[in-house]
Amino acid sequence: MHIDKDLVAASATPLVLAILAEGESYGYAVLKRVRELSGGELEWTDGMLYPLLHRLRRLGYVTTEWRTPPEGRRRRYYAITDDGRAALAEQQRQWVTVTRALGDVWRGSGGLLTALGEA
Amino acid sequence: MDGVESQIAEWRAYVAKAPAVNGRDVDELEAHLRDQIAELDAAGLIADEAFLVAVKRMGDLDTLSREFAREHSGRLWKQLVLRGEDEPARPSGGWSEALVFALAAAFAIQVARLAAQFPQEQPGWLLRNIGLFVLPFLAGYFARRRQLDTRGWVLTAAPFVLVALVVNLYPYRAGSATELLVALHLPVVLWFAVAYPYMGGTIRSHERRMDFVRFTGEWIIYYVLIALGGGVLLLLTGLILQPIGIDLDRVAEWVLPSGATGAVIVAAWLVESKQHVVENMAPVLTMLFTPLFAVMLTVAAATYAVSGVAGAFDRELLSVFDALLVVVLGLVLYAMSAREPSRPAGLMDRVQLLAVASALVLDVMVLGAMLARIGDLGLTPNRVAALGLNLVLLVNLAGAAWLSSRFLTGRIAFHRLERWQTSYLPIFALWAATVVAVLPPLFAFT
Repeated sequence: MHIDKDLVAASATPLVLAILAEGESYGYAVLKRVRELSGGELEWTDGMLYPLLHRLRRLGYVTTEWRTPPEGRRRRYYAITDDGRAALAEQQRQWVTVTRALGDVWRGSGGLLTALGEA
Repeated sequence: MDGVESQIAEWRAYVAKAPAVNGRDVDELEAHLRDQIAELDAAGLIADEAFLVAVKRMGDLDTLSREFAREHSGRLWKQLVLRGEDEPARPSGGWSEALVFALAAAFAIQVARLAAQFPQEQPGWLLRNIGLFVLPFLAGYFARRRQLDTRGWVLTAAPFVLVALVVNLYPYRAGSATELLVALHLPVVLWFAVAYPYMGGTIRSHERRMDFVRFTGEWIIYYVLIALGGGVLLLLTGLILQPIGIDLDRVAEWVLPSGATGAVIVAAWLVESKQHVVENMAPVLTMLFTPLFAVMLTVAAATYAVSGVAGAFDRELLSVFDALLVVVLGLVLYAMSAREPSRPAGLMDRVQLLAVASALVLDVMVLGAMLARIGDLGLTPNRVAALGLNLVLLVNLAGAAWLSSRFLTGRIAFHRLERWQTSYLPIFALWAATVVAVLPPLFAFT
């Protein structure tokens, strides 16, 4: 399934914030988590994640720190801030409203579609 | 694995060439690439294939660097002209275009000067319209450079036409105070009108507004440099020509107006195409003058607080404080435009807050004394203009100081300070426009 580019872009911020809300992480791991969560359906161009992460940092939604874990290479870690959590909560409200509206209307027209299919 | 190492090094060098991607970002992207290669290796791909797949996944580098440029336009600012996505690179930096506009402006001012017979005569209309002989050319230069469409050109021209009508249809009395105020405020109004073509029409974008603030700051630096050089040149020319009977005043009469207006466009072109020359000027100026101003202002505030302000206030004092607040605001803006937004709060931010706070304390004291005096003396156009400007600046700096203290205590991101300034810009434009359009009729053009 191909997901529309605009939809991918719109969902990027809440998705990244939600993943960072699970615990601090670095770019590559965030991308892996996105693939995992969407069953590989959400395809991002890897590089594009970084300008997004930097924007979140500028807005004060995340803080960053360079660290070298015991096993592995030096990476920039991102951790969500209180502002970031607030932004995430706001995004959540908006998305819940959107998905509920879509769900309602599709349940309605779903009946119609089934009826058409049977005819 | 050796082959892959050299391939990674090559890739890294290529990415590092993008102006908006700095060293740490390249490190970050490289770490990502290596993670990806390692995982593909583990999945059984041979090294070369793993590298190719990882690079492909990273995405097209041009798109990527453009995305970085969008986010880090401040960085980009220091290195090259911010181009529209599809605007082709101009190797010449468009100097011939700038030259045409500069010559046109120089010519226009000369025609106006001859028509007014300046400096023998000094008619009010020349004074009032001075900005209108210069800044439309700057606006035109940017409108062309940003390749605005017809609608963009119309919207660029509209404020100039409107202002020209207002300034020339109002029946000013000769030598009136309002006429002088208009002459002082009109260039400010027109400068904000230039912002529209400068931003390519995207005046709602806070990032572009910040770019315009940067542009203004750098433009001032360049203009002052050109003016200094031009002054030396003119003086020497006069001294050399004096023995053969040519008067310096006569030379200056012709050269000065055209030079000063042409330099407006040339300075703008320099900012546009040669930012890297002064990229370090704003930080240096800020580093140098912020502490000095902090000391001066703190001492002054303490002295005023001890000695009291009720003493001898003359009419000029409010204008002096307006100038002071403008300079402090300039320092704040220079510091802001030179700053990497993600850097944590440092000593300089504290020193700056001290300077701003002292200026505010001083200003509030003076303002209080002044308001009491105005009760006795009545309102004049000059007092209203000075008072209004003072309040506009006071609110701006008070907001900046408040946000800055919250930033220093780590409660908000630096981004909020930028937002405050970029959101406030229209208020400056509005106030200047009020002085030009509303104040004269209010005081019956006296």
